Amino acid sequence: MQKIILAKTGNEAMALAMKQVNPDVVAAYPITPATEIVQIFSQYVADGEVKTEFVAVESEHSAMSACIGSCAAGARTMTGTSSQGLALMYEMIYIAAGLRLPIVMADVNRALSAPINIHCDHSDSMGCRDAGWVHIFSENAQEAYDSMIQAVRIAEHKDVRLPVMVTTDGFIISHGMERIDTLPDAEVQNFIGKYDPLMHLLDVKKPFTIGAINLTDYYFEHRRAMVDAQNNSLKVIKEVGAEFGKKFDTGYGLIEKYQLDDAEVAIVALGSTCGTAKVVIDQLRAKGVKAGLLKIRVFRPFPTEEIAKALENIKTVAVLDRSDSVGGFGGPVFTEIRSALYGSAKRPQIAGFVYGLGGREIDMEQIEGLFMDLKAGKVKADSVSYLGVRE
Amino acid sequence: MSELKKYKELALGGNIEKGGTAVDFKTGDWRSSRPVYNPENCIQCLFCWVYCPDSAVILKDGKVAGFNLEHCKGCGICAHECPGKKKVKAIVMEEEVK
Amino acid sequence: MANLKELAARGDKFTGGHRACAGCGASIVARQALLAAGDKPVVVTCATGCLEVVSTIFPYTAWDVPFIHSAFENSAATISGVEAAYKSLHRQGTVKEDIRFLAFGGDGGTYDIGLQALSGAMERGHNMLYICYDNQAYMNTGIQRSSATPRGSSTTTSPNGKKIPGKIQFRKNLTEIMAAHGIPYVAQSVVGNWSDFTKKVEKALAKGGPAFIAVLQPCRLGWGYPPELTAELGRLAVETNFWPLYEVEDGRYKLNATPKERKPIGEWMFQQERFRHLKKPEHQSIIDDIQKDIDARWEQLNKKCSL
Ligand SMILES: Cc1ncc(C[n+]2csc(CCOP(=O)(O)OP(=O)(O)O)c2C)c(N)n1
Ligand code: SF4
Ligand code: SF4
Ligand code: SF4
Ligand SMILES: [Mg+2]
Repeated sequence: MQKIILAKTGNEAMALAMKQVNPDVVAAYPITPATEIVQIFSQYVADGEVKTEFVAVESEHSAMSACIGSCAAGARTMTGTSSQGLALMYEMIYIAAGLRLPIVMADVNRALSAPINIHCDHSDSMGCRDAGWVHIFSENAQEAYDSMIQAVRIAEHKDVRLPVMVTTDGFIISHGMERIDTLPDAEVQNFIGKYDPLMHLLDVKKPFTIGAINLTDYYFEHRRAMVDAQNNSLKVIKEVGAEFGKKFDTGYGLIEKYQLDDAEVAIVALGSTCGTAKVVIDQLRAKGVKAGLLKIRVFRPFPTEEIAKALENIKTVAVLDRSDSVGGFGGPVFTEIRSALYGSAKRPQIAGFVYGLGGREIDMEQIEGLFMDLKAGKVKADSVSYLGVRE
Repeated sequence: MSELKKYKELALGGNIEKGGTAVDFKTGDWRSSRPVYNPENCIQCLFCWVYCPDSAVILKDGKVAGFNLEHCKGCGICAHECPGKKKVKAIVMEEEVK
Repeated sequence: MANLKELAARGDKFTGGHRACAGCGASIVARQALLAAGDKPVVVTCATGCLEVVSTIFPYTAWDVPFIHSAFENSAATISGVEAAYKSLHRQGTVKEDIRFLAFGGDGGTYDIGLQALSGAMERGHNMLYICYDNQAYMNTGIQRSSATPRGSSTTTSPNGKKIPGKIQFRKNLTEIMAAHGIPYVAQSVVGNWSDFTKKVEKALAKGGPAFIAVLQPCRLGWGYPPELTAELGRLAVETNFWPLYEVEDGRYKLNATPKERKPIGEWMFQQERFRHLKKPEHQSIIDDIQKDIDARWEQLNKKCSL
């Protein structure tokens, strides 16, 4: 199969994936740095390049509400947002998951106010990590494109039926131009197949009620069912990623190990920072430093076992968090990983680093410095520090 | 009340898979008084039927035929709205004896 | 427009067995609206509030139509998503029926927290009818004031106290705000006039495009009156000109009922507990204010209707 090589920003790549998915409905609202996704998609609609009914809603709360209505009505439904927009949706994010609606959303990660800031960190999507959505992070525009396509399959899989959010780092990926391999429209359509809603509102001869109130007798059971769906999705994400790889050469898993198996010192990161880290690792390896990276692609469901296994032979690990759990012990990635390792017989020393809030740059020197500190034993185990802030 | 189901036995997303299942829920025991129908005074205007909040006025062939006492909560709207014949109502409320 | 025999022949799509208070006006609104919509398939949503809570306690639903509830402030946005799905799937040929879309919201879910979503949906022109069942307070959470609560009314957040005798402000005129959207159909109706209400629902649905009906809905608990008076108190609100029945069709105003003789507002207010404190002579000025406001609004409305 011939891939089509294009120069695209992350936003353009995600919008293109949406076009090729050709959803029945998109309801969305603009916000920096995700605005372009909405704009580009609107142009596809205006030019008749998609069959999509586009709902230009008056807020993100209504965007997700309309997506919920649309998806419950049996339409393949997508949207995109960022930061304050995701925060405004928060109430509906839980509802979309609780009603088990396979909506796919692009979220361009941006810091949350206050102070207001338009640049990247992960606090927006991390803020709804417990809602029941599948969260897939992207290292670059290519991954964002590929994951948007896979997300449709994952969300709609009968053992999952959960909404999926694919994120990119605001500006870093969303506005960075890259060379990406894209697929012909027909290949995307073949890959995703048809959406089969089990029940839907437009099936008027079979009336049913969605969104009923549960009292103490049923709420817990319905939430419990979501846990199974999240667990099932671990397998489904891997299967879909492998099938994608078989068909289109680049496979995907829950995590990615980079020079990790024989590493002495390692970092764990999400998103675009992984790209930077890989370059640093190559340089360090050339100098004989056994550095490695564990990239987490899928944060929800959290691949607990794979992560524990991947890290078991490392001496010291630094976990990079691009968001903080203010008042907690470290950022969300750190606490999750620390907890994942707790049951392992062999486990590394681990320290947390919160970095890059509000788009604060992290450069190669900093990452290299971190590796060297780890190697020199200068990083205190079970500590949390702030990297790159003026203290 | 049917037996409580385990989580794996429930429909996806908490859906209630059929419409109108509330008919299986009885609200009749909320009543402190009950409507009593006297067809002799009835002009079949159907006001009782159209204003009943609980869909509890039973019609047969488009005519009032009594009340569904499993749902009727005894609000008295039917009796109040009933014009009856010559100012004599066809529905009166009577205290429920328990 | 269907008469009672025809409505009866359609059969109920809002069933008994729901948990509303005995004599609840909101269930009358839902029932009559579905009877009126009944000859065409309809998909329904309802905002969080009394109507939704009493009618969908799992595993029991009073809705014998496809029904979705998602949250409190977004019933207009939710139904606009359903309608967008319909447009798309109908265009693609996968859904063949001719389906109507109906959203319910209480006054809290419509005048207050859901106003933005409603305004947005109306401006976008979705093919939907929004029915606000207006019981003039947040009943589901225990009778708190809303911007639909009338002046003087005692609610749990505008209580009658030693210094302040109930709600200070007059109510917002949402029907006029909706008319200002320039949508094809806007109307006011009331629980207690089945023919006015069902006609308006039929008309709104037949017209197509966005439509809005505000229905004044007596609430025996929040207003404080014996349950059998629900329909009568609705009619009395019309006879006092407190709640005129009118419609705005393609921008043209039309009064649907003119009381032979306008009854003084006290006749309506003093049948209700929520206004009882205003019976005290020292509060006569409040009653006078309310009466003045009603008369002024009536005059304005009549001017619009004679244009
Ligand atoms: C975002 C949000 N805020 C508050 C509530 C709590 N709440 C539920 S229903 C309701 C009031 C409903 O009032 P109204 O819309 O007038 O309907 P009614 O109960 O009177 O029928 C409130 C405040 C909620 N569910 N969601
Ligand atoms: S008493 Fe009320 S609930 Fe019972 S039949 Fe009459 S109107 Fe319906
Ligand atoms: S309201 Fe009275 S007169 Fe009219 S149909 Fe009912 S019982 Fe008969
Ligand atoms: S409080 Fe009022 S609106 Fe709510 S169920 Fe009772 S009567 Fe109906
Ligand atoms: Mg209310």
